[in-house]
Amino acid sequence: MTTPIATSERKSSVKTVRIYFMNKAYDVPIGLTIMKALEYAGYKLMRGVGCRGGFCGACAVAYRKPGDYKFKTGLACQTVVENDMYIALLPYSPLIKPRYNIFEMKPEAGYVLKIFPEVARCISCNSCSKACPQGLEVMDAVQSVLRNDILKAADLVFDCISCGLCSLRCPAEIRHIYLFQLLRRLAGKYLLPRAKHLEIRVNEIESGKYFAEIEDLMKKPIDELKKLYSERDIEPE
Amino acid sequence: MKVLSEYTSYGYPPEFRKLIKIVEETREDRLKTSYRRLSLNEREELIKKYHPDYKPDTKRVLRIGVNRDKIVYNELADLLEAWPLVEPNSIDLNHIDYDTDILIIGGGGAAAAAALWAIYGGVSPEDILIVTKLRFGDSNTVKAQGGIQAADRPEDSPVRHYLDTIGGGHFANKPELVRALVMDAPFIIKWLEELGVMFDKTGEGEMIEYSGGGASRRRLHCARDYTGLEIMRVLKDEVLNYGVNVLEFNPAIELLTDPDTGAVSGAILLNLETHEYYIVRAKVTILATGGFGRLHLAGFPTSNHYGATADGIVLAYRVGANLLHMDTAQYHPTGVAWPEAILGELITEKCRSLGAQLVNINGELFIHELEPRDVVASAIIKECYEGRGVITPTGSCGVWLDMPMIDAKRGPGTIKKALPAMYRQFIRQGIDITVEPVLTYPTLHYQNGGVEIDEYTHVLNPRGEWIKGLLAAGEVTGGVHGRNRLMGNSLLDLMVFGRRAGLTASQIVRNMDKPKISLNHLNRYMDELEKYNIPKNRKSPLILPDYRGEKVLSRFLDIRI
Repeated sequence: MTTPIATSERKSSVKTVRIYFMNKAYDVPIGLTIMKALEYAGYKLMRGVGCRGGFCGACAVAYRKPGDYKFKTGLACQTVVENDMYIALLPYSPLIKPRYNIFEMKPEAGYVLKIFPEVARCISCNSCSKACPQGLEVMDAVQSVLRNDILKAADLVFDCISCGLCSLRCPAEIRHIYLFQLLRRLAGKYLLPRAKHLEIRVNEIESGKYFAEIEDLMKKPIDELKKLYSERDIEPE
Repeated sequence: MKVLSEYTSYGYPPEFRKLIKIVEETREDRLKTSYRRLSLNEREELIKKYHPDYKPDTKRVLRIGVNRDKIVYNELADLLEAWPLVEPNSIDLNHIDYDTDILIIGGGGAAAAAALWAIYGGVSPEDILIVTKLRFGDSNTVKAQGGIQAADRPEDSPVRHYLDTIGGGHFANKPELVRALVMDAPFIIKWLEELGVMFDKTGEGEMIEYSGGGASRRRLHCARDYTGLEIMRVLKDEVLNYGVNVLEFNPAIELLTDPDTGAVSGAILLNLETHEYYIVRAKVTILATGGFGRLHLAGFPTSNHYGATADGIVLAYRVGANLLHMDTAQYHPTGVAWPEAILGELITEKCRSLGAQLVNINGELFIHELEPRDVVASAIIKECYEGRGVITPTGSCGVWLDMPMIDAKRGPGTIKKALPAMYRQFIRQGIDITVEPVLTYPTLHYQNGGVEIDEYTHVLNPRGEWIKGLLAAGEVTGGVHGRNRLMGNSLLDLMVFGRRAGLTASQIVRNMDKPKISLNHLNRYMDELEKYNIPKNRKSPLILPDYRGEKVLSRFLDIRI
């Protein structure tokens, strides 16, 4: 099936590419992201849009091009339109977050597998990594859990933005985004050493240190504050 | 990180090679030098001449509401001088859909912190309701890249942090709010550490801390350049572990007030998908709705998330909240000037903390990179205005941010390790920041002012009295940052005042009877709108910006199907 484009659209002087959004053709200016192209075409987005800068994972897309069997994935706010893209937005995947008490856990695979038993079903097909718009080694992280290396797994998926594309492609039905959230929290809470200088400063403040000094500053007239500010030394970067 | 070869990469056009060469040739000399710091007077002069806050015809005097006669940006005035989205008479207030102790409006960092601290304060999770316009977590919080300030090194102190903050804010900050900000800061970092936030640390656990613009000590704690995302997702995870109720895609479109006391007693929500409205009654309402970047003040692009449309300001103003410093906005010095696909997106200040310099078309330095943001933004605008900027392939102007200096200064691999989000953002557009500079120009970034609060987050009216039942935290509030916020103080603001809002709310709801609900506060407001002949089709809150193409809109038929 081919979708026709209005005759009036064909004469446009602006350099355009033709995209197919859910099988409907639109000519849009070159250089736009998929998200901006859809808006140009007349869509007011609500689902499938969030931070618009590659951080929130709301705008997962899948697309194909004619003559290429490959199922491609990306973020609508980061991927620039190309001619003949057949695009679908995938703004939600039914992954349902399990609840747990992080304070009663240990950073061990056993605890993780109890909540996410499907991790053991990983068949190392690497579909997850191929789908990842962040370019993360998703499968390696899953496998690291099975080797009980929680810190390595957390480090590998630190840049995850929870778009859920990996989970949509996973034959083992792993709920990656929630699994990875647990791994990062276990690593941050139990495996990274605590900052001692932080503890010391918190105790100092709680014991009342600095309070009088700040009270004093709060009462000072602006001219005096300006002088103090201008004269303060600045630590080199 | 794998090479992201799936993305179409255009990169710089060939004619740009010549310009980039100038940056490359001057790099070695620049590595050994830096631009001098400006005096307070020099800063003021630069800002008054070039900062967008001083651009003529971008603001006007408010005619309506408790702050009539105050000056605010035009785009905000249009929303404050506007009719409610619904006719009060068309709403059935006899049927309450959600009856809760604490209603939290907003889904970012301040909202999540408030929910957790209300729970720690003794409120049962079932008695808290979070409502948000998009998804829980969709917020400017997740876009905060550079870090969060806290004076926790021996060389540093909260007193210094206080001085840096008010100096950056032009001494217009509310002192008791700044005290809360700097004194709570180390505790907040410790709390986040205990929840499992993966801060960048040395092998011994020492925090790796960087300098931020306007800060006199290194005190930026970060998690690569995903600091806000990391904090947000940990808090969200914890909120959901407690089983707090969350309604997504349900923005508040009006507050409710008790007809007897005038106290805020809940809100009307709109289900964005079905357009059904819901009535929420609450003993306490916490506004955590964020800022106004998507209003595109003065025609600027923005680094903000899609929902940053000042809804909370509009709602609070209608119940009589005092607004502070709404005649100023923060334009982040280094927004993306090109490519067009990511125009206005943020290039984190951490790039400059790590050593990237700002360079004009001649390869010259023109400002110290770590001056406060309004100063650096003004300097960039000046370079462009005086013809020392680079004209981008789409015809706008920018200056270079010399990214490869970071690896040159701190060793190869630093960029990919410390700035993975920045590396990705540009490699997806065919630009490799480990070897190429980027074009940058200020972008609308942060609402410096907002709803006035006291240090316990009670919203105040112009007489300094509490608006009972209403608390606020985060970017929606004003006073913490004065007229210009320092880098790393916004994530801190969210946590410090989100926490305080949760604790305050937990105390208020104890032994409090259920309030009554009404829309009575709208009567006087609507009388004023009538008096000034505000056009009936101008309505607010905005909820979402509209980026649909002109041609489509010109042929749009409003037909219900």
